[in-house]
Amino acid sequence: MDALLALTVGVLVSGAVYLMLSRHLVRFLFGLILLSNAANLVIFASGRTTLALPPLVPDGLEAPAVTVANALPQALILTAIVIGFGLLAFAMVLAYRAYQSLGTVDTDAMRVAEPDVNGAGEAAEEPAPARSEAA
Amino acid sequence: MSWLTVLPILIPLTTAVFAALAWQNLPAQRVIGLIGATALFVLSVVLMVVVWQDGVLAAQMGAWPAPFGITLVVDNLSAAMVVITGITGLAVAVYSIADIGRVEANAGFHPMLHFLLAGVSGAFVTGDIFNLYVWFEVMLIASFALLVVGGGRAQFDGAVKYVALNLFSTVMFLSAVGLLYGMTGTLNLADLHMKVREVENTGLLAAVAVMFLVAFGIKSAVFPLFFWLPASYHTPPVAVSAIFSALLTKVGVYALIRVFTLVFSPEALGEAFDWIQTLLLWIAALTMITGVLGAAAQTEIRRILSFHIISQIGYMIMGLALYTALGIVGAVFYILHHIIVKANLFLVSGVANRLTGSYDLKKIGGLYKSKPFLAVLFLIPAFSLAGFPPLSGFWAKYVLIKAGLEVDAYWIVAAALVVGLLTIFSMTKIWAEAFWKPHPGGDGAIAVTVDRGAMLALTLPIAALALITVAIGLYAEPLLSLAERAAGELMDPAAYVRAVLGAGA
Repeated sequence: MDALLALTVGVLVSGAVYLMLSRHLVRFLFGLILLSNAANLVIFASGRTTLALPPLVPDGLEAPAVTVANALPQALILTAIVIGFGLLAFAMVLAYRAYQSLGTVDTDAMRVAEPDVNGAGEAAEEPAPARSEAA
Repeated sequence: MSWLTVLPILIPLTTAVFAALAWQNLPAQRVIGLIGATALFVLSVVLMVVVWQDGVLAAQMGAWPAPFGITLVVDNLSAAMVVITGITGLAVAVYSIADIGRVEANAGFHPMLHFLLAGVSGAFVTGDIFNLYVWFEVMLIASFALLVVGGGRAQFDGAVKYVALNLFSTVMFLSAVGLLYGMTGTLNLADLHMKVREVENTGLLAAVAVMFLVAFGIKSAVFPLFFWLPASYHTPPVAVSAIFSALLTKVGVYALIRVFTLVFSPEALGEAFDWIQTLLLWIAALTMITGVLGAAAQTEIRRILSFHIISQIGYMIMGLALYTALGIVGAVFYILHHIIVKANLFLVSGVANRLTGSYDLKKIGGLYKSKPFLAVLFLIPAFSLAGFPPLSGFWAKYVLIKAGLEVDAYWIVAAALVVGLLTIFSMTKIWAEAFWKPHPGGDGAIAVTVDRGAMLALTLPIAALALITVAIGLYAEPLLSLAERAAGELMDPAAYVRAVLGAGA
């Protein structure tokens, strides 16, 4: 089981690295999703894979009577999944808005914030959207 | 008194919720924001006083005994960081009255600012490494929203790079936490302090330590992982840039100092610690130098300041890398001084932009002639950043350089001194271009008729922060003894461990 998990993590990470090396923003984000799933599996494997009962305490007892599985890694992964979902959802929307606003998903072509000093980044000279005057 | 440890998180969270309920109601949001920021500041001072008098405070959340539940711990370093969060939070809350208009407010500026403060304070007070990850994420998602507030083209561009690299860093952090848990079976920092010594395979432990180094290194923008910072920090409204420059990278540095004193100590890592220390020294030197050289090449005020954040991070890492009591004192002192100064410089750049119409040094000028008082307020943080006596930056650099000389690390001392000189070059560049030379558009191009109330809201925080800088410079003793006590607790975490795990540990 451990070997299988290690192998899965390895495949996920290598796929993630391949995708993240791309200049295409959406590919990069797909890579990030794979990587965050790999991280979740790392936590799962760190908690050891055991054949044991679920950690339930029977009626009338203070502690489980038999050896039970470690529930903490699952709790950590659950937290990480929820957080990762929120962050990646934001990142996806951001990628879409950036595409709408900048007209490209090629990260090399995104030079608005850091215009080329030699004038290649002329697009950057477009006026910034009007900021509201503060009261 | 242990309930005090919860308040630095609770106050900004409550403020954020109320600010969110007052959506579309700008005046109400401003009042709520001011009240919340003031409350956080007052509470942080109380917390500091209590910790100074009674020692480390710890609270077990949900009454789960320590290492099983989440523990909140406030030692002198955490308390000082929360105070500084309170000060900059309040300064930015006041400044935002004039800087943040309806567009940004409707995009959620006020709630997000306080969520950010909650995340930052949470990261400072938590004593659990997985909880630290959660607070990092709270801080991160709030900073994402703040970065694109208002929705300019450059903001989306900067945000893509900021989001991409910071998400990578959190995944790295999460994997490292998982592996550390696998080796030690605990997540509590105080418990980890004991358990990592039982790990037999120190090589594996060192590998995890380096994963933490990379994850926090991206957060704190050290060489060669800093590229997200100069790409994004100059794009959002100035109030956002100021709070980012003050707190975000420093949370990374704080986390580095925390894990490399409490968890990955020389006792735990053995020989591996030596080369990690050498690695840190190199990182420190290269961060200082690349940051300051990057700044020299820029002509946009905020981009110059962004590169200087990187260069200053190098000094903090230098203090950690020296790993002597005095080195840590220097690092802590440097962080506290730097946050005030850097936030202030960004706030000044916002006023300069408002008066002259641009951030580009080539297009502006004449500020000294029209606003001599503002010029003085710029000079104080600028000279403090460069390390002129008698300002706060002088003492910060002095302690670090003394610490470097003590252990004969001459080349890092030389790097620190040269970078200090180059910092003066950048600051005089801003001075000469923005303040001294006449405005290229003639005197008429400078807007002298900014609304008085707005001008007051803009200048008040700048003046207050400048005053703190001068006060630290003239009377450095209290802050220095605070830094010494914080460093003492870091180098010998017995009090920290006792406060968390009880007297038996």
